Order: sequence, then structure tokens, then C-alpha cells
Amino acid sequence: MSPIASIVSAGISKFGVREGLYSRELFSEAAKEAFDNCPNLDPRRDVKALFVGMMSESYEHQAHVAPLFLDWIGLLPKPAFRTEGACASSSVAMRTALFSIASGAYDVVIVGGVEKMTHVSMTGVTEILAMASDFPFEQWHGISFPGIFGMMAVDHMHRYGTTEEQLAKVAVKNHDHGALNPKAHFQKRITVDEVLSSKPVAWPLKLYDCCPRSDGASCLILTSPRIAKKFTDTPVNIIGSGQAQDTLSLFERDNFSTMKAARLAAKQAYDQAGITPADVDVAEVHDCFTIAEILAYEELGFCKTGEGGKLIDEGQTHLGGKIPVNTSGGLKAKGHPVGATGTAQAHEIYLQLTNQAGKRQVANADFGLTENVGGSASTGVVHIYQRGD
Amino acid sequence: MSKTMTREASKDFVRDAHGEILPIIENFYSYCAEGKLMGIKCVGCGQIMCPPRAICRNCLSDKYEWVELKERGKLVTYTIIYFPPTQFQLLAPYAVGISKLDDGPHLPGMIKNVKLEEITIGMPLRVDYETVIPKDWPRWARYFFKPA
Repeated sequence: MSPIASIVSAGISKFGVREGLYSRELFSEAAKEAFDNCPNLDPRRDVKALFVGMMSESYEHQAHVAPLFLDWIGLLPKPAFRTEGACASSSVAMRTALFSIASGAYDVVIVGGVEKMTHVSMTGVTEILAMASDFPFEQWHGISFPGIFGMMAVDHMHRYGTTEEQLAKVAVKNHDHGALNPKAHFQKRITVDEVLSSKPVAWPLKLYDCCPRSDGASCLILTSPRIAKKFTDTPVNIIGSGQAQDTLSLFERDNFSTMKAARLAAKQAYDQAGITPADVDVAEVHDCFTIAEILAYEELGFCKTGEGGKLIDEGQTHLGGKIPVNTSGGLKAKGHPVGATGTAQAHEIYLQLTNQAGKRQVANADFGLTENVGGSASTGVVHIYQRGD
Repeated sequence: MSKTMTREASKDFVRDAHGEILPIIENFYSYCAEGKLMGIKCVGCGQIMCPPRAICRNCLSDKYEWVELKERGKLVTYTIIYFPPTQFQLLAPYAVGISKLDDGPHLPGMIKNVKLEEITIGMPLRVDYETVIPKDWPRWARYFFKPA
């Protein structure tokens, strides 16, 4: 398994309600941390290009953000690329960045993502997020994004007997983990009863089954593996990368209890990395709604199809379990500034594989995995990482 | 109700140079305005598609014929929306679901004329149509489901 690229530094802004700070300022916060964490890096000399993921222009009435962010982190006039893949925007940016390194075009790049959401009302955010669903057949009929995942949850409950309590346990676990992450939006534990008695959003999903709207940014410094040690003694290598797509609209699929794009992306990544699900020591998965984490367990091979509910019951995905999932708090507690999420997941794995995760550190972790989906898993991206020291 | 118009005033179909009704979403909804659930059948492989598409999702052919679909189906999955987008706020809570039509395709939509607690997976549904059409884009007559 020869690495595709190496992460030599990473940065993340505080996630949450960042009043008065807009995307350029949040992105600057993340980039400055990544630069400062890597004293051997001279950003202007070494970094050859920027790749950035952001979902929507609608939040800030601001398009053409690639040159904007590039300028604000002091890297004019290098080339800058913006990708959009809904909630997987910065994972798609990562893949684009990996291609640029694998092709030999660039040897050092910065890749990240950002979204500024909390100045928009909950109703406004609901509508902007809904733009990533199908307009003529989903939005037009009043189907919200929670509604789409609600339909997936109902299907899974009907097909496999998954319960609302099992969904609630995903939220409880991720809040447990978020309480250990000083950058998380929510650093507060919750109980199953609190989840079950929270306001209904799209049955069976309640408010605490849903990730919050958050502001935040994240980024990584990626290099060609052969020069990674020039910048750090403890790089993290990206050894597998996969991506697949599915129909934009949920209804055009055969089975609403699967996320085929995530499954296919995982297969590509596992094959490229030459490892199996049992080798993964720590994972960050896309828990935009609690059902999405249950589905992720199954699509990533952490359990059999239909047994995601059982896996959370057994506590195996909690810190201290066999395969800790979402040690950062996940989208649920860390927050989900949509465009920032993909590289924020990679940021957490970078911390875990370099022993920088503090109170939420997984002992002896060698292999990490991230799974990020866009929309109703119309885009699925999976990356696999290995300690490089 | 100044922003709506009646079925009689609905607009014409979008056609090709030979006068054939194009297999596009705009025309799907124009049929809905006439109270018809229409899909297309691929001439190449026989795949039935609803909504219609220009390229067959199965064999990539662009040869098609419009077919009138039976309005019957069964509920495959659903949810109750309590926190809706702005324009649906007066309706909440309301049910939306996906029906597997007897002719094969899945179709999503609102489930009306039913008590929310009486909705069950597998229940037979029938397609019906709203009679008002928005005046501005998109001028699409909504269909919806009701218990059969």
C-alpha cells in the first residue's frame, strides 16, 4: 500500500455559533492553525494550490470563494479550486487535491472546507440544505432533508426492527465524545430520554437525532509522501480513497435502507489500502442524522447489513469499544458546517493517528477511516489513513 | 388566489419539431394538470420511467413512448414532517412517502385524506391531483397520494 499523499499538518476553527465571523474569517482561523502547527512549512514558498469545499453561496450571498479564501490566507496568486458535493464538499476537494499530488502537478497543497450558517434562521437553513435534494420531486412536495432521512429510518425500522432508542443512543454516544472535544459545538452530555422526548422534526427523527446548524472551517496540509518528513516527523498517510454516486433523489433507488454510494466508495478505499474493516482502529462517519450513522456501520462493514442498531446497543462504537466512531463528537455534537465536515473528519483522524486527541485519544491506533456523504448519500466519499511515523 | 390559475388555463405541452410531446418533467406536470399520471416506456428495452427522462436509465436509448400509468401503488416508506420548509408551514404536521406504483416505478409525494396515525407501510395508495396551478415558475400541478 503505497501512500497517495501525506497529511503533515491540520487546522480547525472552533465549531459552533461564531457570531459576526464569516466564511473567509473562519477559514483563515483554520488555515492559521495548520500553518502554525507546522513550523517547517513556509506557506508562501511551499504551498502550490488551494482546494476548498463549500456547499452554498446562499448563506452569505457570496460565490467565487476560491480566490477569496486564497487571498485571505495570504497565498495569492496560486491556483485555487472550489468543489461542491453538498455535505461531502470538502471530501470531494480532498480527492481533487489527491489527484493533483498523484499526478505530480503539485507537491504541497492546502485543502479545506467551510460553511457559515448560524446567521440564517432555522427555516432558511432548512431551505438552503433542501437545495441538495431533488427540486421537482422532493422539494416541490414538501419533503425536507430530515424528511428524506426520516423515510430511510422508517424503512430501516420496518425492515430490520431498528428502534428509536437505538437511534437515540447514537446521539448520546456522540455527545459523550463531543464533551471531550474543546472545538465541538456541543460539549454537553445528553441522555436517551432527552433525545426521545425532544421535539419531533421528521418522524421518527427528533431534534436530538439531527445535527445542529454550525459555523466552522477545517483544513489539512497535504504533501507528496516522499517529502512529508521534511515537514514533520509524524505524518499521516492517506492510503485509500474512494468515491461513488447514487441518484440525487431517494425515491429512484431500489432500497431505502442502504447508502450504495458509501458502500462502493468504501470498497474502493479498502481495496486500494489493502486493509479490511476489522483493521480500522478509529472512524469518523457521517451522522447528519442518527440513522445515517447506523447505515454507515453497515455500509463500511463494521457490522452486517441490518445489524447497525445492535452494534450501537453493544457499545462497540463508543470510546473504549472495539471500533470507536466519531470520537470528535461527529456532526451531531461537533457540529456540521456543511462544507467543513469532510476535512474536519480527516482532521480528527490526523489527531488520533498522531496521538494529539487528548482526552478522547484511542490507544495504539494505526488505521483510521472517514466516511462523508452528500445529500441523501448521492455522493459518497471514503478515505483510509495510516500512521506515517 | 391571484397567484393561481385553473386547469382550463394550463399551458401547452413542450414539443419537438415534429410535434411530439418531449419526455421532460415540464410535460409530466402538464399531464398532471389534466389529471393523468404519465410515464415513458423506452422503445429500446421496455423500461418504464416516471418521471420521464431524455436518456433511458437502463439502456441509454433516447427512443420513447408516453404511457399512461395506473394510479395505484403501495406505500413503501414515509415520514411525518413537523418542521417544514416555509411554503408548507400551514400544512404541518403532514405525511410524505414513497409509493411503489403497480406499473413499477417509485414516486414520492404527500399523503393526504388520512389520519397520520393510520398510515402504515404497505397500505394501498391512489394518485390524485391538485386543481390549482401556480402562476409563476414552476407552473407544476402537484399530484398527491390518498388511501385507495
